[in-house]
Amino acid sequence: MNTLMNPLLATITNVDPWIAICSLATVVITVGMGFWSAGKSKSAGDFFVAGRSVSVGWNASAISGEYLSAASFMGVAGMVMATGYDALWYPVCYACGYLFLLLFIAGPLRRFGAYTIPDFAEGRYDSPLFRKIAVCFVLFIGFFYTMPQMKGAGTTLAYIFPGLPYWVGVAVVGAVITLNVSLGGMKGITLVQAFQYWLKVFAITLPVFILASIVGHYQQHLDANKTAFETVAANSAQVERKALPAKAPKDEQWIAPFGKLTTKAVDASIAAAPTPEAKATLEASKKPYSLLYTYSLIIALVCGTAGLPHILVRFYTNPDGVAAKRTTMWVMILIGVFYVFPPVYGVIGRSLTPELYDAVGAKGTDKVVLELPTLLAGKDHPLLGSILSGITCAGAFAAFMSTFSGLLVSMTSALAHDVYGRILKPNSTPEQRLSAFKWAAVIIGAVSIGLGMQVEALEINFMVGQAFAIAAASYFPLLFMSVWWRGMTMKGAATGMLGGGLTALAAITLTSISDVANAAAKKLPAADVAAYWVDHPIAKSIANFWVAHPLARILCEQPAIWAVPLSITLMIVVSKATARSIPADVRMKMLVLHAPEALGLKQEYIKEHEGLGH
Amino acid sequence: MKTSSTPDHGHTDGFLAHLMRDQLKLSIACALFFVTALVALPLLNYFQPQFMAQRVAGFTLSWLILGVLFFPFVWVISYIFIKRSIALEDAEAAAAKDGLKK
Repeated sequence: MNTLMNPLLATITNVDPWIAICSLATVVITVGMGFWSAGKSKSAGDFFVAGRSVSVGWNASAISGEYLSAASFMGVAGMVMATGYDALWYPVCYACGYLFLLLFIAGPLRRFGAYTIPDFAEGRYDSPLFRKIAVCFVLFIGFFYTMPQMKGAGTTLAYIFPGLPYWVGVAVVGAVITLNVSLGGMKGITLVQAFQYWLKVFAITLPVFILASIVGHYQQHLDANKTAFETVAANSAQVERKALPAKAPKDEQWIAPFGKLTTKAVDASIAAAPTPEAKATLEASKKPYSLLYTYSLIIALVCGTAGLPHILVRFYTNPDGVAAKRTTMWVMILIGVFYVFPPVYGVIGRSLTPELYDAVGAKGTDKVVLELPTLLAGKDHPLLGSILSGITCAGAFAAFMSTFSGLLVSMTSALAHDVYGRILKPNSTPEQRLSAFKWAAVIIGAVSIGLGMQVEALEINFMVGQAFAIAAASYFPLLFMSVWWRGMTMKGAATGMLGGGLTALAAITLTSISDVANAAAKKLPAADVAAYWVDHPIAKSIANFWVAHPLARILCEQPAIWAVPLSITLMIVVSKATARSIPADVRMKMLVLHAPEALGLKQEYIKEHEGLGH
Repeated sequence: MKTSSTPDHGHTDGFLAHLMRDQLKLSIACALFFVTALVALPLLNYFQPQFMAQRVAGFTLSWLILGVLFFPFVWVISYIFIKRSIALEDAEAAAAKDGLKK
């Protein structure tokens, strides 16, 4: 017993009290609000779509709270610090991708009046089979997106409690959120997520304003990095800057486009090139390949935002299509304001915490947001440093808790509403469906915790980018084409969604296997799955293939540039070939999607009082 | 399960085509501004690296555009879209009601 208790006590006594208080307060408030809301969530409609009564302001805050995940709070800053300019595409496209959602999908989707995306898939094509396919993708994308949130949880708890194993953080946070969701469903988490958005904005802005006023501003630290066209950094003397370790990218690569993030595949090939001629050929292709990588990343992030099931499901909670559009615009403003700040941490972190370049996994650049405020302790502000660290930790907690809550509701709805209520037991009573929701939350929560324990080796933001690529190649084409093309058939929609989504998934899995094996080879304290792949012949042969074919590696790591057109092409070709099976009432369906609410054609696809829809 | 049970309300194919065409035209017009910016910025970085590397208030021009200015640019597009889209829907609803009365 003592062998267990002593390390635990040592861990607890090492904790900064402010960090512990702020983090604990976030958890207590989250759980408390969940309990309070649980008392107000009575019906199935409350659990699945918050009674379709969420106002624009609340919903925009809740969507923003749900969307700003561990990747946004910690991962973006970490990635900007690690790779520089190219990582800016992540926050920009995360925020601006909502424009595609606003322009093409938000209003019509809400007018259709479903509970979930599988509801829409079935309702638009009158096909129960298509519902099953759509459910699988909700779970696929959801689990892909859940893993980085779990990594955020493990990293933050390991930071707060030095010495605490990574997996403990994953298990504790996963269990708390699972409890919250199973108690309050969608209505319960709307309030929690709206609160967490404002907490995250506070937690990301206040520390950086105070920090910048003491250690120097955003542009001063950026100015300290010289470009390839400057002989010396213009502002190097005005701000403190520690020496960069060998692993850090050079200034001119870091501050300019087409840097480490987009060139790592070609760089690996150049390092292994057998002859100077081969090296020269690869050097010449480096920049065009980087441009290709950049465009593919942009497509994945922009189209992926418009295809994330856990975000789309929130649009059903608006009262009508106009409210859905207004909500989208406010979401873009709220998250845009937030996303200006994480890169500031990355830029200042490069100057002041370069030692993070030498660490990997949970101790690497992903923790720069948590680490920077502690520097104030060394600048005669120990109390201020502790308080600000506490605030950023609270923000990190809010980030992965709110996103995981949303993912859990989305995946739980897929399991309880689509699988149980529609496929397994269509005659179930509302009480049985509520009970199924709670059990499904526990099952999905447990699987998420298990998966989260396996991904310490991977970068948070990188994993999120992959989830976006799969969503971009599956749900975005499905929704876009289903809303705007009356000639789409179920077979066309399903073939396109499966063709694009599964090939993107396969391509991403291939790159992940070699990346995980590579991380394990660096002796990262990763879980068994990473260690399993390190000496595996498949992982080795994949890694060798990437070295020989850097273009293939880029196209597999960022598949959106070919997977999205593939998906749309398959949809068009197969729909044309199966034109006879266009739903007979397609005109009415399109009217429901597009006619203004004032005409009275809007319908709730799922009618709660009927229990089973219509 | 099917939506076909909903009454037709007498709206014709022509009405639907007109409705979708007007809505799509507005959406594509707004999307074009956005897509042009998304395509142009990497191309400028590729072909005009020195121009994009010039300093503006400490930022490089490229960093300033992507890390700061892109957000308000998109807010303006979305604001214009919402205003026009609501006006379009009001006009469509009024025209449809007039048509049904006649």
